Amino acid sequence: MVNILDIINIGLFAAALRMATPLVYASLGGVFSERAGIVNVGLEGMMLMGAFTGVLTSFYTGNAWLGVASAIFTGGLFGLLHGVLTVKFAGNQIVSGTGINLFALGFTAYMSQTIWGSRGASVSVPGIPVISLEFLKDSVPLVGSALDTLFSQSPLVYLMFIVVVLSYIVLFKTPVGLRIRAVGEHPAAADTAGVNVYRTKYMCLIASGMLAGLGGVFLSLGTLGIYVLNMTNGQGFIALAAMILGRWKPFGAFAASFMFGILFALQIGLQSTGWLPPQIIQATPYILTVVVLAGFVRKAKAPSDYKPYEKD
Amino acid sequence: MENVSRKGKKTDNPGALLHTIESRLPPTVRQRLGNTWFRLHPFITSFFDKLSRNLARFVRGIVPQAVAIIIALLVGALVLWATGHSPIDAYSQLFAGAFGDSYGLGQTLTQATPIIFTSLAFLFAFKSGLFNIGAEGQLLIGGMAAALVGISFTNLPFYVHLPLALLAGAGGGALWGFIPAVLKAKLDAHEVITTMMLSYVALYVTSYMVNYPFKAPGWVAQTPLIAPAAELPRILPPTQLSGSIIVALTMVGITAFVLQRTTLGYEVRAIGLNATAARSGGINVKRGMILALVISGTLAGLGGAGEILGVERRFIDHFSPGYGWDGLAVALIGGLNPFGVVLASILVGALRSGGMVMNRVTGVPLDVIYLVQSLVVLFAAAPQLMKYLSKRGVLTLRTAGRVLTRFKSILKNVRRRLKEEEL
Repeated sequence: MVNILDIINIGLFAAALRMATPLVYASLGGVFSERAGIVNVGLEGMMLMGAFTGVLTSFYTGNAWLGVASAIFTGGLFGLLHGVLTVKFAGNQIVSGTGINLFALGFTAYMSQTIWGSRGASVSVPGIPVISLEFLKDSVPLVGSALDTLFSQSPLVYLMFIVVVLSYIVLFKTPVGLRIRAVGEHPAAADTAGVNVYRTKYMCLIASGMLAGLGGVFLSLGTLGIYVLNMTNGQGFIALAAMILGRWKPFGAFAASFMFGILFALQIGLQSTGWLPPQIIQATPYILTVVVLAGFVRKAKAPSDYKPYEKD
Repeated sequence: MENVSRKGKKTDNPGALLHTIESRLPPTVRQRLGNTWFRLHPFITSFFDKLSRNLARFVRGIVPQAVAIIIALLVGALVLWATGHSPIDAYSQLFAGAFGDSYGLGQTLTQATPIIFTSLAFLFAFKSGLFNIGAEGQLLIGGMAAALVGISFTNLPFYVHLPLALLAGAGGGALWGFIPAVLKAKLDAHEVITTMMLSYVALYVTSYMVNYPFKAPGWVAQTPLIAPAAELPRILPPTQLSGSIIVALTMVGITAFVLQRTTLGYEVRAIGLNATAARSGGINVKRGMILALVISGTLAGLGGAGEILGVERRFIDHFSPGYGWDGLAVALIGGLNPFGVVLASILVGALRSGGMVMNRVTGVPLDVIYLVQSLVVLFAAAPQLMKYLSKRGVLTLRTAGRVLTRFKSILKNVRRRLKEEEL
């Protein structure tokens, strides 16, 4: 029998951080787009495109960081596409987002088969090496190998903290952030005040896509250096749930994503114990997302006016 | 709108056409028709009138969809060409595979059947303003419920067992639609996220059931075969086309009827158009939303039951290649109209069954079809984009025409000069 303490320890915390990272990036992407008044159901597809192009670039160039850059670029491109469809052509935001999800799934499956000859997975490519923070390890008065895992993470995990803080500063402490929120809450008023509504929405959607792409590439290059068919597996939607749970705020989104990260890590821990059949354990994150969404968002009110804005 | 014939003569009165036909008939026949014809005439005229008007509306409605499909196929061709396949080969194999013979046609309709259900499911929820993107989960749960009823009884007569199994499927789907419906109405949980998440839950739950409690002996994760009394008969052997398509077409009729001719349909549409206005109009919005999502789930669940009872005859793990996800795409291609959905389902079914032949013969990955389908969804997301594109297209054609006429007149001039010089 496995002891419960073998599952709940610092290693769990480290794993949770790793699991939360893509969710944090994607939910920040969601925050940016929803603050500007656009629902981004396409986060899932943008993540998948990021994961795929990251591996593709790494495969051809052998440089994982170029892969990360290309993933951010592709994510931004799909954010722009979402913007063109929903802002310029006043299209339905949910249909457009779902279209992006379907496109990403079809495109990556087709390309993976064309390039690597397998629908299911890519070959192994150079990933991003972990960076060990030695000075932190020395300064924390705890011993054991668990700390090694906590402070030996992918640089994208460390970057995540910076991005969360930056997002908060941009959205709530700068004039740009004020404009973004104004555009989301009341585009006509923002327009009267001289804000370029369309440009602001485009910028936010591109940022949203870039963040989702970054989250996606962490999945593929951050840990294993391999692309797997539909490897996001609904994480874009979980990120949306985390964003709602975090009340459309960067720190809130971070906290909610981290909570999901802990749940995922627990799930992996449970899987290794063999107490429950694997299918039931695999289903738990999705059940929990529904429960969390239903149970805790009662008072959550979306900050934005989601109608497409048409200038008179 | 008036129909203008080629000569520029207005023929918006189809009666005129009948008159011409009548006058061409030989006198004896005309005499014999005589009285009855005279009496029937107004009815026939009004029938033709209605028909032509509906046809015109239908054609006008179908144009943007057709443009979207054509552009999507062209982009698909571009992707094929860029990855070293011959688009002409691929598409001709696809077409031949889907419509070339009765077997292909049967398989096309087989593939179209579950998609009719799931796109109706999406459509019904959409009419109330809800996005049920989780038809996949409802289809799986419905299929599992039908399979469980199918394997549980062995000595029921078919007229009890088959309806019971279908009902179970409908009930399973309804349950899986009820959960997000209640969460939406009572707790305001976003249905896009909950239906999506519940689809994953359904995927794993059914996978668990066929791997553990209801697993048939052997290596494959599947239930035992259902009792013959629960089977939907095959219609067109050797294809897998089953009675499920009849259930599907019945559901199309019922859905259209409910939406257009009943109070429930009126309420659902009113909620979808403007929930606030519907509420002030005395409609119970929450009840309407719950009902719409439950009916949506029921339709998807029936689709799953049809697949299990008609095609698979047992629940095999991961039997659905994503019929549920197709629902949204097909409902949009079908112009969010129950009858349009049938045509769109046949189109997508053809892509699917023809795509398999294409894959076998030319080695083109089947996923190119999902790519084309997703592009149609992207185009359908923004009708204004389609208008913009077709306007652009018309403008380009007009410019091209102008250039061509200009070119022609220049040629004419040149020719005339040449002649003058010769003289």
